[in-house]
Amino acid sequence: MHSIVKTILERLGLGVLTLFAVSIIIFSAIEMLPGDFGEAILGQRATPETVAAFRRQLGLDQHPFVRYIQWVLGAIQGDLGTSFSGRNASGVDRSREVVGLIAPRLWNTMFLASMTAIIAVPISLALGITTALFRNSVFDRSVNTATLTTISFPEFFVAYILILLMASLYPVFPSLANVDADTLIGERVYRTALPALTLTLVIVAHMMRMTRAAIINLLASPYIQMARLSGASQLEIIIKHALPNAWAPIATVIAFNLAYLVVGVVVVEVVFVYPGIGQLMVDAVRTRDIPVVQGCALIFAVTYILLNLIADIIGIITNPRLLHPK
Amino acid sequence: MSKDKTSQNILLQVKELQIEGFSDEKWHKIIKGVDLTLFKGEVLGIIGESGAGKSTLGLAAMGYTQPGCRITGGQILFNGENLARLSESKKRKYWGNRMTYVAQSAAASFNPAHRLINQTTDSTVRAGLKNRNDAFKEARKLYEALNLPDPHNIGNRYPHQVSGGQLQRIMTAMAMSPNPDLIVFDEPTTALDVTTQVEVLGAMRSIVEEFNTAAIYITHDLSVVAQMADRIKVLRYGEQVEEAETRVMLESPKEEYTKSLWSVRSLQKKEEVEEDIVLEMKSISAAYGAARVLFDVGIKLPRGRTVAVVGESGSGKSTAARVITGLLPPSEGSVMFSGESLPAELKNRTREQLQKIQMIYQMADVAMNPRQTVREIIGRPLEFYLGMKGELNRSRTIELLELIDLDESFIDRLPSELSGGQKQRICIARALAANPEVIICDEVTSALDQIVQEGILQLLMRLQKEFQISYLFITHDISTVKAISDQVVVMSEGKVVEQGLKSIVFSPPHPDYTQLLLSSVPEMDPDWLTNILKKRS
Repeated sequence: MHSIVKTILERLGLGVLTLFAVSIIIFSAIEMLPGDFGEAILGQRATPETVAAFRRQLGLDQHPFVRYIQWVLGAIQGDLGTSFSGRNASGVDRSREVVGLIAPRLWNTMFLASMTAIIAVPISLALGITTALFRNSVFDRSVNTATLTTISFPEFFVAYILILLMASLYPVFPSLANVDADTLIGERVYRTALPALTLTLVIVAHMMRMTRAAIINLLASPYIQMARLSGASQLEIIIKHALPNAWAPIATVIAFNLAYLVVGVVVVEVVFVYPGIGQLMVDAVRTRDIPVVQGCALIFAVTYILLNLIADIIGIITNPRLLHPK
Repeated sequence: MSKDKTSQNILLQVKELQIEGFSDEKWHKIIKGVDLTLFKGEVLGIIGESGAGKSTLGLAAMGYTQPGCRITGGQILFNGENLARLSESKKRKYWGNRMTYVAQSAAASFNPAHRLINQTTDSTVRAGLKNRNDAFKEARKLYEALNLPDPHNIGNRYPHQVSGGQLQRIMTAMAMSPNPDLIVFDEPTTALDVTTQVEVLGAMRSIVEEFNTAAIYITHDLSVVAQMADRIKVLRYGEQVEEAETRVMLESPKEEYTKSLWSVRSLQKKEEVEEDIVLEMKSISAAYGAARVLFDVGIKLPRGRTVAVVGESGSGKSTAARVITGLLPPSEGSVMFSGESLPAELKNRTREQLQKIQMIYQMADVAMNPRQTVREIIGRPLEFYLGMKGELNRSRTIELLELIDLDESFIDRLPSELSGGQKQRICIARALAANPEVIICDEVTSALDQIVQEGILQLLMRLQKEFQISYLFITHDISTVKAISDQVVVMSEGKVVEQGLKSIVFSPPHPDYTQLLLSSVPEMDPDWLTNILKKRS
């Protein structure tokens, strides 16, 4: 057990290192973007002096290295800086803390992601297992075709179809998923039903096919033949003999899709007018609100690293060779 | 053992069985009308070369066919019920209950995710023969009867935590757990070292006798089947060649094919002394990372002679080859070639140095690029080492093909269009193409059938005589060593235990390990196992 804890701590350490490297990339990438916040806000006709003063006010006149260090030190303490927006040339400052901007949006995104995951992951696993069980049957082929179809359509198309069916023709759910901090949990579930369903349709195919492939891949192993010859039924073979050895690749794909639910759903947010973090980031990019962009990017990176770490750990603890060394 | 051979006592009767397998878009006949009768408590040996259909027949005896195979005719009567007609869910009632299976590779046949005792008792509990606790208790008794270390706790381990020989015995325990009427042993000791094999064979035989279980024992090794079976059936190309009581079969085989199987190992080279040393390993130590594998190994290879390096898996014999070829630089010591020290690392060796030492591998299949034709495979060293191109290259390739007893028609074939023996011949030709002085042969005959093995060994000996090539012949098989070597090096745990002329190494007195190794090689005598176990206990 000791070595497992050690491995996990090692991976965690590596994760922190990765995050550090990513922070450098984020910062330099944004640094290299053309254009300037000062000019963007003040307009083309602003005098060089006003622009310079404005830049000084924002701290943009300092050397990038200094600004990076300030940003990272702040981020470690949970302070992602202050948003650029809400200021103007007249010196009126109504700007907000980045953390305060991101927090409610992140909560919304997490809510939608969790809701989707709760629906999509069990469905994918169940479909993956049953299609492996009834491989090459009509059921298997229809499930494969159906999931492939939903993944092949663009997200917004799936979203509009769902709106058409479940909000317009048969009004079961609302077509707008506008929630705020005061929305009660039941109401929240009701309003986010359609975006969650859309995302489910988008991610099920990938997870389900991986589950199916990972299991079928193992069905050729000698120990599966052995299990058959010791009288195990097909269901028992899949659940008890194949699945325990298939978790590592399945967990990786699930982690990948969960990460996508957090970082990649801006199109769905736009369609349903859902106030998630994706929209926030897109808005911030448009207005060159650099601290917000950086904050969002950092959170996305953390999401990826953490989820992959969890997938790795699942891979380790489901592998008896690693869990019980010689 | 006397068996009651009346018709009431028949456990299994296979009549006119026909099985087909699907490959290359066609159905091929694998079993072509075989009969088989097995009495209660009897052990039937099935012997044949690869492709004879012996595994297919063994599995069919349980009513099981591998994916891609189908039964097209005949009956499999188990206690009077025809398994060939039964649905899988009905057959499942027999599997793991009245009939069990012991597979060739225990390492691959245990589920890595579950503890051994759970796997041992799984079928017994499922069949409702015993409750979990009783099944566990019984399993521990079986572990003890099979001479497993720490029988009380070994079951709590996972498959990767025990050795291959132990796994094979645990698989036997698993097969015995439901106290079945029939066990099918499918080459159960082929993957084991000889010293382990003796113990496993002894354990399997005594337990089969104790419970009076009937068994089908499938193997390609005559001397093994001689120890285990009451009767022997010889199979070839899916048809029965002959069948007889073990002793009768061993003493007077009737069919030509059986006789040829029996006489394969008559090959014996006369040893010759040679003082001129072409290759020498000088006190070599080597390690993979922190794991040390070779300890102060010194081996001398005389010019134009064969030195056989013999040892069990993990003895370091293949590592020695990797050091010589420069694939693994040694931590200490050096490799001398014709009195000159060779650079330790492959990349520092000159083309001439590389040319002088060639290798032939165990798996001819994977040692060749499947997309290259024979001409490309053999032509490449001709061009690389000797600068031969175009017509010259082609004519030399044909010469080499003739040397290995293949003709010009093979030149445009792909490896997939060759038999196992032909593939290994092409690998020999490829090594020969470089005009080497030394060829390292790493278990070159282990993957081949006996009769094919003999052809390869004879070819190697003829080439040696013609071109004065020296062989470093790595093998775990004592009879191969006896057949071809001038000198023998016995290795164990990374050290040289004994070395010298064949006649000296193979005649007593022996160091302990050599003694153990030599006495573990099964002999044709059906009493050999009984005697050796008696002597050791």
